[in-house]
Amino acid sequence: MGDTAPFLIFYIAAALAGVTRGHLRAAILLAAPVIGAVNLSLLPDAPGMPVALMDFTLELLRVDRLSLLFGYLFHLAAFLGIVFSLHVRDTTQHVAGMIYAGSALGAVFAGDLITLFVFWELLAISSVFLILARGTGRAYRASMRYLAIQVLSGVILLAGAVVHARATGSIAFGYIGLKPLGSGAEGLASWLILAAIGIKCCFPFLHNWLTDAYPEATPTGTVFLSAFTTKVAVYALARAFPGTELLVYVGAVMAMFPIFFAVIENDLRRVLAYSLINQVGFMVCGIGIGTALAVNGAVSHAFNDVVFKGLLFMSMGAVLYRTGRINGSDLGGLYKSMPLTTTFCIVGAASISAFPLFSGFVSKSMVMVAALEEHHSLVWLALLFASAGVFHHAGIKIPYFAFFAHDSGMRPKEAPLNMLVAMGLAAAICIFNGSYPWLLYGMLPFPVNYEPYTAAHVLTQSQLLFFSALAFAWLQLSGLYPPELRGINIDAEWVYRRLLPRCVRGVAAAGIRLATAAARKGHAGMLWMSGWVAHHGGPQGTLARTRPTGSMALWMTALLALFMLLSFL
Amino acid sequence: MAEDSDIKGRFDSAESRRSVRKALYVLCALVLIADLFVRRHVDHPWEALPGFYALYGFVACVILVLVAKELRKVLMRAEDYYDG
Repeated sequence: MGDTAPFLIFYIAAALAGVTRGHLRAAILLAAPVIGAVNLSLLPDAPGMPVALMDFTLELLRVDRLSLLFGYLFHLAAFLGIVFSLHVRDTTQHVAGMIYAGSALGAVFAGDLITLFVFWELLAISSVFLILARGTGRAYRASMRYLAIQVLSGVILLAGAVVHARATGSIAFGYIGLKPLGSGAEGLASWLILAAIGIKCCFPFLHNWLTDAYPEATPTGTVFLSAFTTKVAVYALARAFPGTELLVYVGAVMAMFPIFFAVIENDLRRVLAYSLINQVGFMVCGIGIGTALAVNGAVSHAFNDVVFKGLLFMSMGAVLYRTGRINGSDLGGLYKSMPLTTTFCIVGAASISAFPLFSGFVSKSMVMVAALEEHHSLVWLALLFASAGVFHHAGIKIPYFAFFAHDSGMRPKEAPLNMLVAMGLAAAICIFNGSYPWLLYGMLPFPVNYEPYTAAHVLTQSQLLFFSALAFAWLQLSGLYPPELRGINIDAEWVYRRLLPRCVRGVAAAGIRLATAAARKGHAGMLWMSGWVAHHGGPQGTLARTRPTGSMALWMTALLALFMLLSFL
Repeated sequence: MAEDSDIKGRFDSAESRRSVRKALYVLCALVLIADLFVRRHVDHPWEALPGFYALYGFVACVILVLVAKELRKVLMRAEDYYDG
């Protein structure tokens, strides 16, 4: 102990969980984050575990305030997720969850780009099992799209790392900063690395994997998923691109656009997926502003978000587990038989909405104040809009449509004990961090001289929230509020799930028309060509075949395995 | 059996729903009135307006919902849209 890389503890626990059963496995799973946290507190400040790779030295363990904060956060998230999933009898999910959490730890303690890349891809590969484990056809297809996009992000990261290493002679993962594309190899590398992080971070138009896949995972799997992938990306962004002005605007857009989707979305876990992007938007914006206050705000909000978003996903997971349903149009009135789950959900809702005394209040406002201080007035107004909107869709809509609204007639049992314990712990942390933020503030990368509890802040935030609630009440009473309807809403995924396949089919159809025309003219040469086109472009042809995303993902994984093998040689 | 043993919810009656709404109205009034007495540090000129946050929150949510409703007409598809 003392200089063990945190990921090792989780990987060992994953291996042990694979060969044990019942209470013994539960004990191993629960012990891993506890032992890991003790190990973290003993880590020396010097770089540890150097590994030589050709001309470079890999740094598996870089410990500083930023990586330590995320390290503790991931231990906490893993512990909550494990407690929440103790009732599950599925070795795959337990093992995948541990490898996933361990890989997230490996990524945040990685001191160089190659190590980061390896854990980046392990995150993708381990997490996909949490979606697959749902066992439905929809989940399978969503998981393959998810895997393809996640692995692609890793491949772009690797390309960026290689170009970066050639340009600078170093593979160290530190501040990179966005350089103009025209400025040669270093510029290209910075854009590639930003794009890789941007995919995992859900930048607009790159965000779709999250809202596609997270709602298809198992009730417990989504709790794990919500904690790690996007927060590793936020960490990487805070490490490599603080003060990048582009991110201020990207973050503001991320905070804004998902709330419109969240209002009309029926699947309540997909509503939460959209609000996850909205919250990450605040973090991206803070990192873009780049002042000490803004980065502190972004990082502390990441910490709080993992807990309250985890709590919200847990409460919806409990509802899905007990009722088998998750659409707002099917639910309602569950508070009668699930009062504790309802209470915990409301604590999570109050926290994400940033009510005074709840955790969002002490972290989100730092980013908002920093935006004003740096004279980003429009961005501030956008974030304020997003703050009102998040209360509207995550703060009110989630608990209202699941637990109140019209009575669905369902009377499910209260959630299992382990789920209640996990939700209770998460709720307690939300209230603790909200009421006594100093412990969290003490862990932030920069010294904090920010006072969240001023009369003005409490008052203005209360005004914003109460009048948002008033708007909800008024819209409901007047019948203007859109009802929960069965159906899906198309988003950026439409481009690759509908538009591109249609284009391919359109080309094929044109080929067939050409073939028929040629046949009528009886031209031998044309006939041959048309036969060729029909063969490749016709309904059964090579071009028209719908290729399973699975085979693409498989090839990507194979390539990746080769890459990793080579990088370890 | 179903009706008799059913759990009576606290928010079943129209009356209780009305009192929840009344509590909300009172809270809204209170935070508006309090605004007249608290001196706030102002970073943005709009913030100086008493009740700015209240107005912004209300208007933002109404706009959000009405725009989202219109978006539904463009974005909404049948549940099996991609399966077909």
